[in-house]
Amino acid sequence: MTTRHDESSVYEQMQANPEFQELRRRYRNWAFPVTVAFFVWYLLYVILSAWARGFMGTKVFGNINVALIFGVLQFVSTFLIAWLYARHADRKLDPVSSRLRAEIEGDAANE
Amino acid sequence: MSNQTLSITLFLVFVFATLGITYWASRNTKSAADFYAGGRSFSGVQNGLAIGGDYMSAASFLGIAGIIALSGYDGFLYSIGFLVAWLVALLLVAELMRNSGKFTMADVLAFRMSPRPVRTAAGVSTIVVSIFYLLAQMVGAGALVGLLFGITSDAGKAATIIVVGLLMIVYVVAGGMKGTTWVQIVKAVLLMTGAALVTLLVLAHSGFNLSSLLGEAAQQSGKGEAFLNPGLKYGTEAAGLAGKLDLISLGLALVLGTAGLPHILIRFYTVPTARDARKSVIWGIGIIGVFYLLTLVLGFGAAALVGSKAIAAQNKAGNTAAPQLAQKVGEIMFGEVGGTVLLAIIAAVAFATILAVVAGLTLASSSSFAHDLYAHVFKKGTATERQEIRVARIAALVIGIVAIALSIPAQSLNVAFLVALAFAVAASGNLPAILYSLFWKRFNTAGAVSAIYGGLGSAVFLVFFSPVVSGKPTSLISSANFAWFPLENPGLVSIPIGFLAGYLGTVLSKEHNAAKYAEIEVRSLTGAGAEKAVPH
Repeated sequence: MTTRHDESSVYEQMQANPEFQELRRRYRNWAFPVTVAFFVWYLLYVILSAWARGFMGTKVFGNINVALIFGVLQFVSTFLIAWLYARHADRKLDPVSSRLRAEIEGDAANE
Repeated sequence: MSNQTLSITLFLVFVFATLGITYWASRNTKSAADFYAGGRSFSGVQNGLAIGGDYMSAASFLGIAGIIALSGYDGFLYSIGFLVAWLVALLLVAELMRNSGKFTMADVLAFRMSPRPVRTAAGVSTIVVSIFYLLAQMVGAGALVGLLFGITSDAGKAATIIVVGLLMIVYVVAGGMKGTTWVQIVKAVLLMTGAALVTLLVLAHSGFNLSSLLGEAAQQSGKGEAFLNPGLKYGTEAAGLAGKLDLISLGLALVLGTAGLPHILIRFYTVPTARDARKSVIWGIGIIGVFYLLTLVLGFGAAALVGSKAIAAQNKAGNTAAPQLAQKVGEIMFGEVGGTVLLAIIAAVAFATILAVVAGLTLASSSSFAHDLYAHVFKKGTATERQEIRVARIAALVIGIVAIALSIPAQSLNVAFLVALAFAVAASGNLPAILYSLFWKRFNTAGAVSAIYGGLGSAVFLVFFSPVVSGKPTSLISSANFAWFPLENPGLVSIPIGFLAGYLGTVLSKEHNAAKYAEIEVRSLTGAGAEKAVPH
């Protein structure tokens, strides 16, 4: 068992490692903009529900109006983002994080 | 056989099956990781189902179907907030939390902070949020039994609350996270099956023509066209600007609250890796999303087939819309017996729903009490694992008894607002603390404590001075008026306060720990040093 100080320094070294920084960049550059996007898209829906009721009540076909379609689109976008994120994480994040994890845990075991 | 006897029989089958599972789970619950996190050995799919079982409360099953049945489209606004919220959990919280935490929400917050003040704040917030949510569910259980089984006496309702409370205590004390998770999985399967069955019958009845179902619903609701548009319940034109801001405020609390609910957060610890945590949230999103699409059909179907008037006559909030619809559509399709059977099934499913959710809440609050307050604050980390689990079990018992004791006198009060308040507190206090902990290097103890108390305090304070508590005939205290805050939902103000308090608390204090931030950042993204599953 190493001391706490040594263990931390493994993490600090890793934080400075370009490969780790690439992993962080790949994660953040995907998750942050998409979070902003779905949040704005959801707020738009709530705001239109409060202030643009004429528009939301417009019938598109039969009794199906814009409000219902907009609501269902929120479901569609949620499912789509979940699926896209899973794909992104599988392809772009998991291989790097597994490699770095093995590196850190290997280091810790050798110390 | 009457529908009551059949309902009770089905409910008893559920109770015995889940007690059997709990007994099995208790024999496999030895370590703290078993009790708090189910040994971290659930698969992504299993945990995804449990997430659904934990999240889809009676408020969302009966409540949303009821709101749609009485006020039309507005109930859908609730569903959408509840669902979109899961993206916050998926993209920003679930995996990072699984990698850097152990048993409770506070594990992540206390990672690089001074542990005692942060764990105290997180423990208080966890217990407050869980108790609010728990009370709403248990009072709802009392009301539900009255409606479904014709038990209208206060003693009968009190007896129901006691039965629900005792069962939840047994699940948690004996089964810990393993037992609770299995109860939630079974419930999720039953709820999805029941809701899908009724939905299918409703759609078959309307010739799978959604447009004609909506038209019939609008007609039978007595509200006409407006029934299909937003605005009958939330942000009505009569309520003016305050009403519309209230709608935005509710929307914000729903979408940001989920990823701060302690009973949801601890679910991420029940799987072996962050990858499984991600998978479980994706499954959860699928299940919860489909479920809310089903409730849309159930709500409009109830308005169309039962009629809003008949629903409101049985319960003003529309909470019996789904069971009434089950009976009606069963009768239409299969005659009287069909109606009786379907009503009994849906009533039993509704009880299973309540039980699974209250068990999750009791587990979250007792875990936080034992792990955060007892082991780390009172004992400063010197408690043994055995002592900690013992305290967790005693805490579950005490919290269960307190919840029963508070729910019985609260029966005559309108406590439905407590669910929205729990979401508002989670969004205002917990979420800023979690996000800052995971992503902001400079964040520190003062910031974490300020965010939690600032968010929690402002949300509760504003609700106290809102029309929810006083000033209106529907208020908690309708005889007085000290409501100067115009919104019923505090989120619009309290969420920015929580984030701002966390920011100010941080920059006004010099403390920060760069080495520990490096550790949490690397660990949260790579999974190095993450807690492993318990081997069997």
